[in-house]
Amino acid sequence: MMRLPPFRYHAPRTAAEVATLLAGEGPEAMIVAGGTDLYPNMKRRHQMPKTLISLRHVDELRGVQMNGAVRLGANETLRALEWHGALKERLPALWTAVQSISTPLLRNMGTIGGNICLDTRCNYYNQNWEWRRAIDFCMKCEGTVCWTAPSSSICWAVNSSDSVPVFIALGATFTLVSHEGERTIPALAMFGEDGIEYLTKRKDEVLTHIDIPDQGTARSVYRKVRRRGAFDFPVAAVAARVALDGDRVADSTLVLNAVGPKPVVCEEAMAYLAGKPLSDEVVTEAARLAGRGAKPLDNTDHLSMWRKKVVQVETRRALEALRP
Amino acid sequence: MRNSDEPLSPERQGLRDQLAEGYQMIGKSPIKVDAMAKVTGQTMFADDLSMPRMLHCKILRSHVAYARILSIDTSAAEALPGVIAVLTGAAMPIPFGILPVSQDEHALCLDRVRFVGDPVVAVAAVDEETAFEAIQRIHVEYEKLEPVFDPTTAIENKQEPLHDYGDDGNVHKRVSMEFGEVEEAFAAADLVLEDTMFFEGNTHLPMEQHASLAWREADGRLTIQSSTQTPHYLHKAMSKVLEMPPSRVRVIACPNGGGFGGKSDPFNHEIVVAKLALMTNRPVKIALTREEVFYCHRGRHPVLMHVKTGFRKDGSMTGMHFQSLLDGGGYGSYGVASTYYTGALQTVTYKVPAYRFDGVRCFTNKPPCGPKRGHGTPQPRFALEVQLDKAAVALGLDPADLRLRTLHPAGGITANWLQVGSMGLGPCIEKVVEASGWKDKWGKLPAGKGVGLACSSYISGAGLPIYWNAMPHSGVTVQLDRGGGVAVFCGETDIGQGSDTVLAMVVAEVLGVDLADIRLTVADTHTTPVDLGSYSSRVTVMMGHAAFQAAERAREVVARSVAKRLEVPAVRLRFAENRVFDVQDPENGMPFPKAVQVAEAEHGTIAMAGSYTPPASPGKYRGAGVGPSPAYSYSAAVVQVDVDLETGVVAVEKIWVAHDVGQSINEMLVIGQVEGGVYMGLGEALMEEMSYRSNRFGVHKIPSMLEYKSPTTHEMPPVETFLIESPDPNGPFGAKEVGQGPLLPMMPAVANAVFDAVGVRVDEVPVTPDKVLKAMQAKDKRYGPKSFPDLRITETMRVKTLEQGGDGTAPRPPRAEKQEVKSS
Repeated sequence: MMRLPPFRYHAPRTAAEVATLLAGEGPEAMIVAGGTDLYPNMKRRHQMPKTLISLRHVDELRGVQMNGAVRLGANETLRALEWHGALKERLPALWTAVQSISTPLLRNMGTIGGNICLDTRCNYYNQNWEWRRAIDFCMKCEGTVCWTAPSSSICWAVNSSDSVPVFIALGATFTLVSHEGERTIPALAMFGEDGIEYLTKRKDEVLTHIDIPDQGTARSVYRKVRRRGAFDFPVAAVAARVALDGDRVADSTLVLNAVGPKPVVCEEAMAYLAGKPLSDEVVTEAARLAGRGAKPLDNTDHLSMWRKKVVQVETRRALEALRP
Repeated sequence: MRNSDEPLSPERQGLRDQLAEGYQMIGKSPIKVDAMAKVTGQTMFADDLSMPRMLHCKILRSHVAYARILSIDTSAAEALPGVIAVLTGAAMPIPFGILPVSQDEHALCLDRVRFVGDPVVAVAAVDEETAFEAIQRIHVEYEKLEPVFDPTTAIENKQEPLHDYGDDGNVHKRVSMEFGEVEEAFAAADLVLEDTMFFEGNTHLPMEQHASLAWREADGRLTIQSSTQTPHYLHKAMSKVLEMPPSRVRVIACPNGGGFGGKSDPFNHEIVVAKLALMTNRPVKIALTREEVFYCHRGRHPVLMHVKTGFRKDGSMTGMHFQSLLDGGGYGSYGVASTYYTGALQTVTYKVPAYRFDGVRCFTNKPPCGPKRGHGTPQPRFALEVQLDKAAVALGLDPADLRLRTLHPAGGITANWLQVGSMGLGPCIEKVVEASGWKDKWGKLPAGKGVGLACSSYISGAGLPIYWNAMPHSGVTVQLDRGGGVAVFCGETDIGQGSDTVLAMVVAEVLGVDLADIRLTVADTHTTPVDLGSYSSRVTVMMGHAAFQAAERAREVVARSVAKRLEVPAVRLRFAENRVFDVQDPENGMPFPKAVQVAEAEHGTIAMAGSYTPPASPGKYRGAGVGPSPAYSYSAAVVQVDVDLETGVVAVEKIWVAHDVGQSINEMLVIGQVEGGVYMGLGEALMEEMSYRSNRFGVHKIPSMLEYKSPTTHEMPPVETFLIESPDPNGPFGAKEVGQGPLLPMMPAVANAVFDAVGVRVDEVPVTPDKVLKAMQAKDKRYGPKSFPDLRITETMRVKTLEQGGDGTAPRPPRAEKQEVKSS
């Protein structure tokens, strides 16, 4: 079997200790929560941190708090969120996304913070060391070229998180803690433009919690495209939030994911929707406009042209589901 | 039970009478004899094995698709602390391979590598981490050669051939044979259809990755325990390459965590750990990674096919010309047999009066293809069953009626000289048509919904062994204990299909004992009689006969003594419920252990052997060895789908499947095999494909269980299974195969259902959403290959059919150049 490379392992008990350890260990350290993303990557020699700082015993980063707003501890397991009845009722789009991640076994281990920080994915990259050696590696790890788009100066590995587009659509914020203090950023600001520098989170920061504002009358849905009903990462996904005023759109957010290195907020489609009823013509046009932002390439399952087409279909279906 | 000229002894007649009165065990569903061990984790799979002082092996594999090896520098690896031995191909120059005509593999590549993943250097170290570090320090200098990745290019022979044997250049095997007059048949037809279709390659995906552990015994013998479906063939290969007499090599097949044909070849890693064990005098183990299992492969050949068939107005066929081009990958494996199999079984389901088959297998720089569940027959079956659907539409017939009208008769001989025995396809079709409500659904469901029908047949064991010999295909020894226990020895290998259970049930039925009184010793070349292995759906029929014969002989000895003791005629003795008694006076009897003691006192130790050799086939022409079988199973299935008109996604809603198994030995296991075949077939129909990146040196695109898409429980629809049981005269208790046949109808049934749902033809497997959409947008409402290359057939062997007065021979078989296998 594939074995992990050697590493040192810390198991702190508080977020403050995590921040102190991160500051002390420097950039060669990484945080591990459930390990469902990191450990396989380490076995394939994508990342070989000298030190791992585990969140396993950091209980203060767990839990779900609900009043008008909702606060999620970043270290909460996906399973706990999936089985949280009130959360399912209050934020069905988030619940849909969470329960669609991987398999029950991995949701037992994986955390919501881990899903937000999920390494970008590409089938030129998510391969073992020997395989990547055969293609002369790629720019995301040990190589220089993006084989998905060989003339590209950036890495096209795909943001494949299910929860991220939903958090962006819901207007969530992420709180990051380092030894220097704490900062809170809008969900979208967490993500960079490139498959390598895909997080703006600094290496010395730990994601502590997620705040989701009171949704009022707005409703949301999440639709995920993948080959199978379990296991698979999205190859195209859409999160849609609509607040209606009567039968007309007062406010909306449309977010695509898994169609490029960064989640895509569909500003043009959102502007178009403002003040309109969700008629057949309107949702079709909004979906067409939204689909323009999708730039799927040949580095996931399914053909990229098919994903490009289907993301429009799924966006339209998402909006149809939000009709009064 | 079986045809035999010898008159039956009274003891044997007693057994026949007993079986005629009803089975105690056969057809029921006792729990698998290995079930408790499996569910409690006590089964020792190969990767569970560990020994003191054991070393771990890793193999450095080629990272280039095709190259000459110029030099190998292992000095840095050897210098690494913890590395005990480093092995290169030079130490094992003798080639091997599963087929005698394709001895083209080396345990480690000698002078050329032929695909990304070909093994080059092996390391034995104190742990896996060290072995992994070591292989990264090995430097191999390659001179790259121009690779070829598809057979339509390979057949043009513009690259340096992968091997220096075969029919020409990169053409490994070229076959052409004609039975009857096919051109005349087309001239006599009312409708002639020509279709070009493609079946993409896919792999077995067993849950268990291959693992092996080898060590030298104190007496110098070599022992290997391995996840293999064919310990006997591995035994031969090990003995050959390691130059050790077979008597000094012991192969034990561990229970396999699934095989499906992927563990049927002798593998390089098995020979490598054995060699390393001999070199180091320590046990050496290897456990392949999932990626390496993809490189072992031997899975379904990608096959491009052209099929031309003449039909009369009533749907019956006048003749068929079938052409197939197989993408073989880097080595021979079972490929010659696979090539023949793409042309063998078209004739056993429906009457094909005249038949021509042309087949070519090419070498390409990819992992070698071989036998996967259905071996070489699912591809042509897909083409045939889809074309029948098209013919039905063109002729205005119901596809079920068309098939029912053209069934091959039971007991008949096909155009290509296959002897059909029992034939239950008609009842299979009727069953699924009725259960699915076919008549109310086909052509009548709303847009997006559809049903499709397809059928199939499969062999119950190949009529000939892999290497030519006149010995039995399976042997069983039964030894009776004074305590009433029954020890059964057989070389068969349980790969999850339940062959251990079948073995125990057959013996239990004959001797009338509990399964708990039977203990099995299996799959061990030192202690068990040869069984050729768990491939070609042969085990139940062949091992079943051997077990029956051994048990019957043991029973005969016991019955003879008991008859004397009880003073009743032996023909009246019955063996049931752990007793032997007079059927006319059941009180007059004795417990089975006592019966054994009485017999042992009279005859000495009771250990009897049985064996089985399949009947001869009527076909005598060159190539007639592939296709014959003691019996053919038949299956029919109706698949109902829901196609998303906007995305092309095909959801399978329900499946009705009927299988003619002759007679269930264990009914629940039979149903399990049917459902397992249906599941695997659905994966092939909808999503599974071995894809390679020709832009990046031919690497396998997705060698992982995550990205090689195989269905999950979410994709598995409800399956209604019907068993058609009409005992076959050639099967033990009438049993036929079930392991492979029920997979075959799935792919064409899905494609036919998609046509019924959205009116388009996807003449290609897998039927993926993008292909459905493309077909919907195409002018001809079809997606599929457009052309078929010239196979450059220069000579066609002509064989007269039975109807033409033929005798199964070819008048003057064209003398092919004798194939010589040279090491390369």
